[in-house]
Amino acid sequence: MPTTAPAFADVTASDGALRRFLHGLPGVDTVGLEARAASLGTRSVKTTSKAYAIDLAISMIDLTTLEGADTPGKVRALCAKGANPDPTDRTTPRVAAICVYPDMAETAKEALAGTGIKVASVATAFPAGRAALPVKLADVRDAVAAGADEIDMVIDRGAFLSGHYLKVYEEIVAVKAECGDEARLKVIFETGELSTYDNIRRASWLGMLAGADFIKTSTGKVGVNATPPNTLLMLEAVRDFKAQTGIQIGVKPAGGIRTTKDAIKFLVLVNETVGEDWLTNEWFRFGASSLLNDLLMQRQKLSTGRYSGPDYVTVD
Amino acid sequence: MSDRLNVLKTYKLYVGGKFPRSESGRVYEVTTAASAADAAEKGKWLANAPLSSRKDARDAVVAARKAFGGWSGATAYNRGQVLYRVAEMLEGRRSQFVREVAQAEGLSKSKAAEAVEAAIDRWVWYAGWTDKIAQIVGGANPVAGPFFNLSTPEPTGVVTVVAPQESSFLGLVSVIAPVIATGNTAVVVASEKSPLPALSLGEVLATSDVPGGVVNILSGRTREIALPLASHQDVNAIDLSGADADLARELEIAAADNLKRVLRPQPVDGDWSADPGTHRLTAFLEMKTVWHPTGTLGASGSAY
Repeated sequence: MPTTAPAFADVTASDGALRRFLHGLPGVDTVGLEARAASLGTRSVKTTSKAYAIDLAISMIDLTTLEGADTPGKVRALCAKGANPDPTDRTTPRVAAICVYPDMAETAKEALAGTGIKVASVATAFPAGRAALPVKLADVRDAVAAGADEIDMVIDRGAFLSGHYLKVYEEIVAVKAECGDEARLKVIFETGELSTYDNIRRASWLGMLAGADFIKTSTGKVGVNATPPNTLLMLEAVRDFKAQTGIQIGVKPAGGIRTTKDAIKFLVLVNETVGEDWLTNEWFRFGASSLLNDLLMQRQKLSTGRYSGPDYVTVD
Repeated sequence: MSDRLNVLKTYKLYVGGKFPRSESGRVYEVTTAASAADAAEKGKWLANAPLSSRKDARDAVVAARKAFGGWSGATAYNRGQVLYRVAEMLEGRRSQFVREVAQAEGLSKSKAAEAVEAAIDRWVWYAGWTDKIAQIVGGANPVAGPFFNLSTPEPTGVVTVVAPQESSFLGLVSVIAPVIATGNTAVVVASEKSPLPALSLGEVLATSDVPGGVVNILSGRTREIALPLASHQDVNAIDLSGADADLARELEIAAADNLKRVLRPQPVDGDWSADPGTHRLTAFLEMKTVWHPTGTLGASGSAY
């Protein structure tokens, strides 16, 4: 497989080898992981550091709308917001990307022309991923043809949970091939459906071996989405992967991150686990929709000294 | 004399239907009134009350905003029932409030009982107003054209109430009840030196069907809490009853930024036993007026 990092070429040679490798990964210390995530969440980030963190977080947002009720008008409105989040303060940074369904990618691409904001499109029968491979690949092809710069695919959790790791692996490889050089690939594990931390670690390695450019926690469509522990675990995986192969992989927690406080906790996790190399929107993203408004309100609070309110940001 | 140890009460804030300590972890000492009738009772330690920070104020606004939709959307009749329930609960805790008011204001037991009874009666009085105020201040307006023109009052939103400093319970009830009777939600800054009756009122509200967040009670330094609330962009109105002249001025300036509705300290505020009238009910209402054609369209006489 050409996309597999050379150091691990042998582990993806067969289903058995891949299973042996993934099950040979060290088990996750649940208590230790949660305690570490919790303790990193207690850092106090204030004044100028907070202002920096807020701007950084805004610039890392994949501003997302993934609803059945999405209309071209709504997508264009979201694009306008991403390009100019706070019309009263032009120093506010732009978001990293607008994340939409494939049929809206073209609309988003047109609306974002000249802004430098990427178009991210979910694909592969998002969010369940329950479709035949050719259907998934056609979905990806459409999105790329419509101008998507980034593809957010979901893995086949059914195959993963029943131990068919090679099937999942090959699917990611095929999707990656479909993305070609035009689009970066984010692989969504739907951590809330993987049951255990061990599985999240295995999925992370599986995704990275298969050539993911980003690994992403969740679709935002299930009960448990991005949490500090599962994101910390994935950050540790990308750190270890880089140490062994030299290849840098991005991380994207998505779903359930709604407040500035939460976002800053994730940034602390990034800085303490993988370091400053990842503290850019090239390598770390937030999949979020309501988070942006809270960041803007906090930004207004810092610049005016007054607590802001939802009347002073847009209703999405 | 029994050997039993006293079980001291930890007074806590009332925010979003819960009883948190101050986010800051701070407390301050609350003592009996310096004017206590009995000399031995002057300045005696009563309890440590939470010393709220501006973050507690911010959290209270979030809770009040969250509760606003449900409370303002409830029928006026239902709000009246809930408020009457509060009076029932107050009645059951009368002796506790009499003790707390007597200690806080340095009153004799009978004077304190009078104040508490007046407060409960006032609460009942305001409960009765919930489904009557619209008829009094709203209605059909005569206009020079073939239109129905109807005005109806709607609650202003989240109201910050700076509770009276001296009248720790009757004054408190007199400023909270009218605000929530009309469907607003309240963030209350309790009397700085006598916050205990207010904090106990939170326990009453929590057990009487008032949804969490409709009333939020903070104790601490009035100025420290009221200033961020006055400038808060998500607070729609402020009642300055408990602010002295300097603070009232400062708060009004801070409130100007988002055009908050401001109720200045009233001349009658010193005497809470007087008939309150309806001005506190109407202070935090916004009139919505709708125009509607009367139904006859032109010469054909067609109607809807």
